[in-house]
Amino acid sequence: MIEVKKLVKRFGLKSILRGLDFSVQSGEFVALLGPNGAGKTTFLRILATLSRPSLGQVKVAGHYLPQEAAQVRAKLGVVSHMPLLYPDLTAEENLQFYARMYGIEGMDARITEVLGMVGLEHRRKDLIRTFSRGMQQRLAIGRAVIHDPEVMLFDEPYTGLDQDASEMLDDVLRSVAAEGRTVVMTSHDLARAEDLATRFDILSRGVITASATRADLKQTNLLSFYKQSLED
Amino acid sequence: MKSSSPSLLKATFAIVRKDLAAEFRSFELISAMLIFSLLVIIIFNFALELDIKTREAVNAGVLWTTFAFAGTLGLNRSMSVEKDRGCMDGLLLAPVDRSAIYFGKALSNLAFMVIVEAIVLPVYSMLYNVNLFRIDLLAVIILGSIGYTAVGTLLATMSVQTRMREVLLPILLFPIAIPVLLAAVKASGGLLAGSTFAEIMTPFNLLVVYDVIFIAIAFMVFDFVVEE
Repeated sequence: MIEVKKLVKRFGLKSILRGLDFSVQSGEFVALLGPNGAGKTTFLRILATLSRPSLGQVKVAGHYLPQEAAQVRAKLGVVSHMPLLYPDLTAEENLQFYARMYGIEGMDARITEVLGMVGLEHRRKDLIRTFSRGMQQRLAIGRAVIHDPEVMLFDEPYTGLDQDASEMLDDVLRSVAAEGRTVVMTSHDLARAEDLATRFDILSRGVITASATRADLKQTNLLSFYKQSLED
Repeated sequence: MKSSSPSLLKATFAIVRKDLAAEFRSFELISAMLIFSLLVIIIFNFALELDIKTREAVNAGVLWTTFAFAGTLGLNRSMSVEKDRGCMDGLLLAPVDRSAIYFGKALSNLAFMVIVEAIVLPVYSMLYNVNLFRIDLLAVIILGSIGYTAVGTLLATMSVQTRMREVLLPILLFPIAIPVLLAAVKASGGLLAGSTFAEIMTPFNLLVVYDVIFIAIAFMVFDFVVEE
């Protein structure tokens, strides 16, 4: 579903990604872990078509980037630590806007379905500015899945959430993954990543330094694996 | 559930509809532009305690100074809303031609500018004792506003990505918008001085040409402006 070969991203003279190789099979849930400044967000922005690769090959959902970016965008849902929602519009109006931008047929039924999925049907007519951070993040997931994407990218979705909101987000993420979508998530929260993901990749200094599946981690835990990978 | 990439027109109007709905709920942008415009014309009214003849000569200049400054305020605010909450990424993630984002934002900005102008013009007419409600003058104002928002939307998209956006936008915009502002002032000034439409054809035609050029350039380069 995602294939990346020798990806390089430079900003001026500074290389953020240095020949990164990465691949994800359909239906996998990959947690991309690494220290601050490792290049996780830059990598996700390239996969999301928001940033151009400097060098290398990137293929998402069967389409090459950046040449076929529009086709990729139609199959991609992105959630970042910012909700990408308009505070002066209601939950329904925000979803209507994104539904129009994705050319969704049967918009009202889909919005009802999505609001039900993220548990916000009762707040349908409320302005986003009245939502808590956790509710905004749940609606952000609703926005990202409105067009039923094959691939979901989550960039630090737990940032700024309290315990209750994080647990609610866990449930929503599980339901997103259970629908068979391919998911890539960056996170600093190792416990949550360990709970949700099926594979764990460590990104450090612009390259993937280690990778392990859930089965590989039976002998150890994710924290030990993470620390060991960074030390190596 | 079926979905397909919307046409340029549908995506453009989805953005305009969203911007107008959000603005008519908060009135943040229009009220800021309006208060600023009214303050400018009132201050000019007191500052230019001149004889009637001199006042008539500066009418077009005062009018366009007001529109240009208020327009800059609106452009900055309109793009900040998209940038500050990451909504620009939301727009860029949609499977639409990115020109739709430019045209949508430019049309919204134009609508806000025209709304403010529609309120400012009667107040200006009363304060300066001049009749501004003439179809030819209104056509010049609309054309000038189109040119200003066409180039302003593009430059606001660039400047909003920097930390100095409030300062950077006027620095970038005013030198580039000079041809539009000059032609607009010249055409408006001529009409207010009693010239016929035929006599102001040169600045009027220039205004049309600049509008077309600015829209075409913005259409061609917007993709590169929003790309990382």
